[in-house]
Amino acid sequence: MSDFSFFPIVFYLLAAVTVASAAGVAFSNNIVYSAFALMGTLLGAAGLFVLLAADFVAVIQVLIYVGGILVLTLFAVMLTHRVADVRVSNRALGRWSTLLVIAAVGAMMGRALAITTWHQVDPLVPTPTTYGIGDGLLTSYVLPFELASVVLLAALIGAVVLSRKELKDEPG
Amino acid sequence: MSVGLTHFLAVSLLVFLLGLYCVLTRRNAIGILMGVELILNSANINYLAFARYSAGGYDGQVFALFVIMLAAAEAAIGLAIVLGIYQTFHTIDVEATETLRG
Repeated sequence: MSDFSFFPIVFYLLAAVTVASAAGVAFSNNIVYSAFALMGTLLGAAGLFVLLAADFVAVIQVLIYVGGILVLTLFAVMLTHRVADVRVSNRALGRWSTLLVIAAVGAMMGRALAITTWHQVDPLVPTPTTYGIGDGLLTSYVLPFELASVVLLAALIGAVVLSRKELKDEPG
Repeated sequence: MSVGLTHFLAVSLLVFLLGLYCVLTRRNAIGILMGVELILNSANINYLAFARYSAGGYDGQVFALFVIMLAAAEAAIGLAIVLGIYQTFHTIDVEATETLRG
């Protein structure tokens, strides 16, 4: 990797932020701290996306995850947990059996990662990707694109139906 | 050793394992949803790493966008369900909501 001399430094910094924040999400006893640590993971992942020459996906990650999903999660946290019992709000059960499962899955995937020789091509040069993505969305991927709009519409209606107040007195 | 595909896959693996731990141990429904977000993010890192180092096109980036879109839909529906559970049970501990257990 010779396109940046500081590429490894930036990569290791972003990887450390991402993994450390993910550990914060997984191990924190306070659900509010977990939510804020999730922001570190999402921003670190956005930085990794930039390093992977995916500028548009990185911007979308910041807009939708950090600007939308995280704010929604924080709203749900604030609406559901009582501040008084904040210490027990995020209790975890079965730590040791879960660690066993995690170790098994991690060993299997790590071994697959270590022994596989991946097919490699010359890495993409970082160029603006919006043209290629827009072209793909309207040619090869037009059917998933339309399906995505239907899914989003269904999710919108579903969320409204789930969270509205029931009007019992009106028949039908 | 220069930073390459394997390094990104290793980061993705770590995030995935932490997300799996979160999903399996949390008893708070919102904590479980956060674990799902971690897992989806690790999948996205994989997509983009393979798109850059192994496939060389825009296909991986387009699919990463679809994953982000599905995560948004999942978060909206999931949190609406969590709020509904909270209104009914006054808790979001998933072990307390066992009305359907026979």
